Amino acid sequence: MNTPISHFFNRYRKEGCLAGVLLFVAFWTIFFSRNTEANGFLQSLIESRFLSLRNLENLSRQVGMYGIFSLGMGLVIISGGIDLSVGSLMAFFGTVFFFFLTGSHAWIPGIPWAPAILVLILFSVMVGALHGWLIAKIRIPAFVVTLCGLLGYRGLAQTMTHDTAIGYYDAKFNVVGIERLLTGKIFGLPAAFITFIAICLIVYYLLHLSVFGRYLLALGRNEQAARYSGINTILIIAFAYIICSVLAAVSALFFALYTADVVPSIHGNFFELYAIAGAVLGGCSLRGGEGTVIGIVLGTTVLLVLQNMVNLLGYDSSFSKVITALVILGGVLVDRFDVWRLLSRPKNASAA
Amino acid sequence: MTKKPTSPNLFVKHPNFTLQPYQLPPLLQLSQVSKSFGVVQALSKVDFEISTGEIVGLIGENGAGKSTLMKILGGVHPPSTGQIRFNKAPVTIQEPKAAEQLGISFVHQELNLLDNIDIAGNIFLAREPRRFGCIDQRVLQKMALPILEELGLHLDPRTSVSRLTNGQQQLVEIAKALSMDAKLLILDEPTSSLSIQETDTLLNLVKRMKGQGMAIIFISHRLSEVEKIADRVFGLRDGENAGELNAKEISRDRMISMMIGRDLSEVYPECNPVNTENVFSVENFSTLRWPKGNASFSIRAGEILGMAGLVGAGRSELAQALFGVDSSPSGTMSVNGQTLTRGKVKESIANGVFLAPEDRKASGLILEMTIRENMTLNSLSQFSRHSRIDFKSERTRTDEWLREFGVKAPTVELPVSSLSGGNQQKVVLSKWMTLAPKVMIFDEPTRGIDMGARQEIYQAIVRLAETGCAILMISSDMEELLGMSHRIAVMSEGTLSGILDRDAFSEKAIMTLAVNQSTTTSSS
Repeated sequence: MNTPISHFFNRYRKEGCLAGVLLFVAFWTIFFSRNTEANGFLQSLIESRFLSLRNLENLSRQVGMYGIFSLGMGLVIISGGIDLSVGSLMAFFGTVFFFFLTGSHAWIPGIPWAPAILVLILFSVMVGALHGWLIAKIRIPAFVVTLCGLLGYRGLAQTMTHDTAIGYYDAKFNVVGIERLLTGKIFGLPAAFITFIAICLIVYYLLHLSVFGRYLLALGRNEQAARYSGINTILIIAFAYIICSVLAAVSALFFALYTADVVPSIHGNFFELYAIAGAVLGGCSLRGGEGTVIGIVLGTTVLLVLQNMVNLLGYDSSFSKVITALVILGGVLVDRFDVWRLLSRPKNASAA
Repeated sequence: MTKKPTSPNLFVKHPNFTLQPYQLPPLLQLSQVSKSFGVVQALSKVDFEISTGEIVGLIGENGAGKSTLMKILGGVHPPSTGQIRFNKAPVTIQEPKAAEQLGISFVHQELNLLDNIDIAGNIFLAREPRRFGCIDQRVLQKMALPILEELGLHLDPRTSVSRLTNGQQQLVEIAKALSMDAKLLILDEPTSSLSIQETDTLLNLVKRMKGQGMAIIFISHRLSEVEKIADRVFGLRDGENAGELNAKEISRDRMISMMIGRDLSEVYPECNPVNTENVFSVENFSTLRWPKGNASFSIRAGEILGMAGLVGAGRSELAQALFGVDSSPSGTMSVNGQTLTRGKVKESIANGVFLAPEDRKASGLILEMTIRENMTLNSLSQFSRHSRIDFKSERTRTDEWLREFGVKAPTVELPVSSLSGGNQQKVVLSKWMTLAPKVMIFDEPTRGIDMGARQEIYQAIVRLAETGCAILMISSDMEELLGMSHRIAVMSEGTLSGILDRDAFSEKAIMTLAVNQSTTTSSS
């Protein structure tokens, strides 16, 4: 039990399980979407619709866009909180961004896209700081604060657009740059995916290598003990909400450009719940103090690949929600009973 | 008839036979009871007995098997081998309900009351008298009253438990046990959260219950209490019988040597001399709980100032306010002449004022994190560059601390929750003591910790004092205060009512100061 290999498996058993599930779903999809007219079995798999360039590009873009805000949610969940406002915030940011480009709202000046992005990011920092302040300093439960956000931001966006769609086709400024930046490709991969990888590395550094991450994990477990160790818990919690809001804003930009027009009443609906599902499936505990970047990434990816499978194989798309629900429940149950540890324990060893 | 020849000397007086005070057959008799969990032998061939109207003190270090033995009696774990007889009949206690039916009741160290329910509701929890499917409040209160009267708890049974002091809550626990018609009452560290006065009340009550024919097993780390009330003391060590002392033999030294298995010349290390310079001065300090309170004192370099008081006197609150985790309405404090802002943890830590808090599990440690992560949580800046943690140096340093503080763990990568209470406390101490404290506040440093680990902690505290650190040691353990302190400050209702010098030390003097404030304030 003490070999480096078993230690490795013990430490990453959740991630290992998820990777297994991911591979299983991927192979399932490859097999059933194989090209039956190809020469030979292997060739038929390689030519499957799942492995087609278009599907992989699409999938990686989705993983990127969903992954970005799921990472933010993961940090908030590790702090012992929750952010229900993510989806609404994304609708709101998308709306405001397009108003910046078109200048078609009385209160919002039309500005070029580069300063617009800057203003939006600054604004998301302020929103996150407000959430963090209300939650950590004023001590209103995170659920309540962000529930207000869930209702408020979407309502605001709907009010501003008079509950219609807003696009950027009549933008006052040149938008070629932003289109190329957000919907284009870098090294042959969608920009969203590349951005996601970069953000993964940053969040990995923050959570697993930096002092901030250690503090976050500590206060997620036991806020009082963290405070008694001299940690400024209010600042750390607020920082987690700020990161979550900023990542929601970044993701909102990708989604806005991807959908080309924002319908505030449905844009980003339930995204916060997808993020929570991905994080929980990836091993984050809603009680806080537990979670890894690899887990969150894998959890989000599993959910999106499942979705992709349902689309490709032509299963009833309504049923995909049921599958998602079962996978999450199964994942949490496996974790609850520590099935992986039971499997990895040698049979002759008894419990100490 | 065939049995007769097998016991020929039944009526022949045995040469070693002496008349025992208790001729009654024992109420409870355990013979050769063993219990193992996997490869761990928690109890091995333990014999134990208790008669009605007897108080037996059960002592032993943590891990000696006391709690396993109690869990066997409580039906939580059945014994692996051995026999239990209750009222002469062999019994198997397979589940907690069975223990309850036999008349075995427990009062646990941690209070298990629901503080959103009133006293009567707690006493008869899950056994409430019902009427038309609803709880019959009137009958419930009528049932609770005589029990409360018997315990001398003159309170309305409708009082919410959250409004009671720790001592009163402990009495409600006992009321719960009494209401089940207990024949055998097991008190597990019943006084660990009680003040001196409340402890006395409880001990008197236990004596009275004994007079009414109840058998009582009294488990405590506080040997002076065991000495005071036990008729017989029974020791456990490493899961085996460590011996028995009868009423005449009970003494502190004998109990300690029975528990530790060797003689203990000195529990408390010798006090070191004190410098004359003041390190820590506190003036007119009050706390959120006692905003009208007033604490003024100063501690010199190398001095250990003990702090006594009843539970709820505001000692822990004062400690938390001085450390800065709580804000406080008024007062000034200074370290080496430099004034500190109230309610700023960062500033306290920067000036070397540290607190090892009362509740290890809630405020001292993050149980799920490793020993390494706990040890460096307050000093991560030392192990990081540009906010990136240097895992290698963190690992090496905490490995050194592990050895230096004698934490019994194979590696620093284990979660703190896997350690015993004593070792957990050593992790808390190492966390702060390695930062060269100028003022170190210990709040109940040895609560629930066995004698062996206690001594190590005392030695660590004295070593720290020798470096010139000013030490404030809050404790409810009278012996510890008297044995360790240079001076003892006594708190009462948020106010420091007096400081005793070493030649004025006595339990009585402390008690007088601890209660006098309430009489003066009520008369004024």
